Amino acid sequence: MIKYLLRYREILLVVIIAVLLAAFSTRSPGFARPANLSNIFNDTSILIILALGQMAVILTKSIDLSVAANVAFTGMAVAMLNAAYPGLPLIVILAAALGIGAVLGALNGILVWKLNIPSIVVTLGTLTIYRGMAFVLSGGGWVNAHQMTEPFLQTPRQIFLGLPLLGWTAILIVAAMYLVMSRTLLGRAIYASGGNPAAAVYAGIDVGRTRFLAFTISGTLAGLCGYLWVSRYAVAYVDIAAGFELDSVAACVIGGISTLGGIGSVAGAVLGSLFLGVIKNALPVINISPFSQMAISGAVIIAAVVFNARQERRRGRIILRDRGASEQIEGVT
Amino acid sequence: MSTMQEKRNIPDRLGTSTARLLGSWEMLLLGVAILIFIANAFASPYFLNAWNLSDATFNFTEKALVAFAMALLIIAGEIDLSVAAIIALASTAMGAAAQAGVGSFGLVMIGIGVGLGCGIVNGTLVSVLRLPSIVVTIGTMSLFRGIAYIVLGDKAYGGYPDSFAYFGQGYVFWVISFEFALFVVFAIGFAILLHATNFGRRIYAIGNNEFAARFSGIRVERIKFILFLLTGLMSGIAAICLTSRLGSTRPSIAQGWELEIVTMVVLGGISILGGSGRIGGVVIAAFVMGLVTFGLGLLNVPGIVMSIFIGLLLIVTITLPILIRQIRQRATA
Repeated sequence: MIKYLLRYREILLVVIIAVLLAAFSTRSPGFARPANLSNIFNDTSILIILALGQMAVILTKSIDLSVAANVAFTGMAVAMLNAAYPGLPLIVILAAALGIGAVLGALNGILVWKLNIPSIVVTLGTLTIYRGMAFVLSGGGWVNAHQMTEPFLQTPRQIFLGLPLLGWTAILIVAAMYLVMSRTLLGRAIYASGGNPAAAVYAGIDVGRTRFLAFTISGTLAGLCGYLWVSRYAVAYVDIAAGFELDSVAACVIGGISTLGGIGSVAGAVLGSLFLGVIKNALPVINISPFSQMAISGAVIIAAVVFNARQERRRGRIILRDRGASEQIEGVT
Repeated sequence: MSTMQEKRNIPDRLGTSTARLLGSWEMLLLGVAILIFIANAFASPYFLNAWNLSDATFNFTEKALVAFAMALLIIAGEIDLSVAAIIALASTAMGAAAQAGVGSFGLVMIGIGVGLGCGIVNGTLVSVLRLPSIVVTIGTMSLFRGIAYIVLGDKAYGGYPDSFAYFGQGYVFWVISFEFALFVVFAIGFAILLHATNFGRRIYAIGNNEFAARFSGIRVERIKFILFLLTGLMSGIAAICLTSRLGSTRPSIAQGWELEIVTMVVLGGISILGGSGRIGGVVIAAFVMGLVTFGLGLLNVPGIVMSIFIGLLLIVTITLPILIRQIRQRATA
């Protein structure tokens, strides 16, 4: 039974999350009530969406550290757009968010694809550039709630069947990503590019282009999160979502997505995000200082990496240096 | 793609074409440094003053101390993103000890000890448990800084003993600061270690072909462990200098330095793919980055805009050689 559980990371995570919920509700009886659970899910929605984008990138044996900076830039851009032109319908704002996010993501993808630069270096660089651009764009200023229009602020808060639209957006994205990953050529190409790049090339898959598309997906979802973040917290400033890129990586690693690429599932990314979401929401309940959250995420990431490596039972190869794979590709082309 | 092929051949060709290539890279960098120096001299009438120039060195000495060790680590094909977090944790530990009345000597020992301790954690995770360094150090990065946040929260430590100020504010001789002297000593020390010892030779061997290195009897894991230890140690020393210079500790101390340190190493001509580069390049890169940020500071450019330049510098310096090589290949083909 335990072996079975260990083999299926998703089931194990569900059990752990259930145990956590049960444990926390002994401290605070209301914790596991449906209303609070729906709250936690809504609170975790943005992380879930970002983690799904990160998952697509990690599956191709890359990493995207620029997602949080993308959220900050896109969030700032759409908030300023909304403040400057209050007449613009929300659909235009949403399209702008997706578009800006996609462009920023595609920029990462182009550098990784065409110049073959390791993704870690590209996105470490664009991380500072995008956030710096948010500063240049806003002049260091804030966009506050009173400058934003009603539909901009209120739409994600509309409650439908007990869950705000923000939560439904996450569910929609989860469903879409599930379909993409399991039912489309792109999804298969993403798994193949990370699982065995050489074999992928033999099978006629353009690994570089697949990575580019994964980065574009990640960027587009980050752009969407930019709007959602600004609307949810009703404020836009340069430092929003600072450090959130680590949370998205953590959610993936906890969810069993291998940083060696090719291994992982949509359900894993979602459960990994929910695990972090439950812990974040539980800290105040069990009287632990919110300052300890960072250390807890760090410890959980390390534990998850150790656990993943045990499970994969093979030598960890690093994302930074994709030499083995590129050599093999070379041999083919 | 065949650039990778060339790099693999380095071990039996060291001292010929690669050395020339690297030499020209360093000469180019030196040219850039001189240009920036002249530009700075024209931009501000106060620039060409011995004391002003001495002040300018504080912009890079602490980061460069860590960059030397990071260079070795990157040449060996690993990376440590937790260096800035190690500085924060070491600084916090020294702050706590200073509150308890520990003297300067004790504080230095604590700084070095915490640095070594963190290095042991990273080294164990990477070389004993054989986990990918990029994910591990993303984890320890939030763990180490997270512990600093748990200890300090939103408070700060101050009240260091007067004699402690020497490490960051003292002068050895005329305008030569203690930090600059330390920078020179370690630059020479690391250059000897990397370029004139068996140990350094082995680092290149591991970075070029870990598999072959293992077969030729090099204890790969042990050397990697030592390199992580060394990086932790240098971060501890940097923490001593920085804490002494600032005279106070906040948990956000040295935030984002990991990026600047990696940029410094890569700008210095160390291949992010491992296996090539020289300490001399890192030394010049340290001057270039120090002069750029100092010059921008003289022009009143805000810090976050400076970080755009750093990000661009990182991407451009990696992109340029690749682009040039691609164009050359197209020309010859």
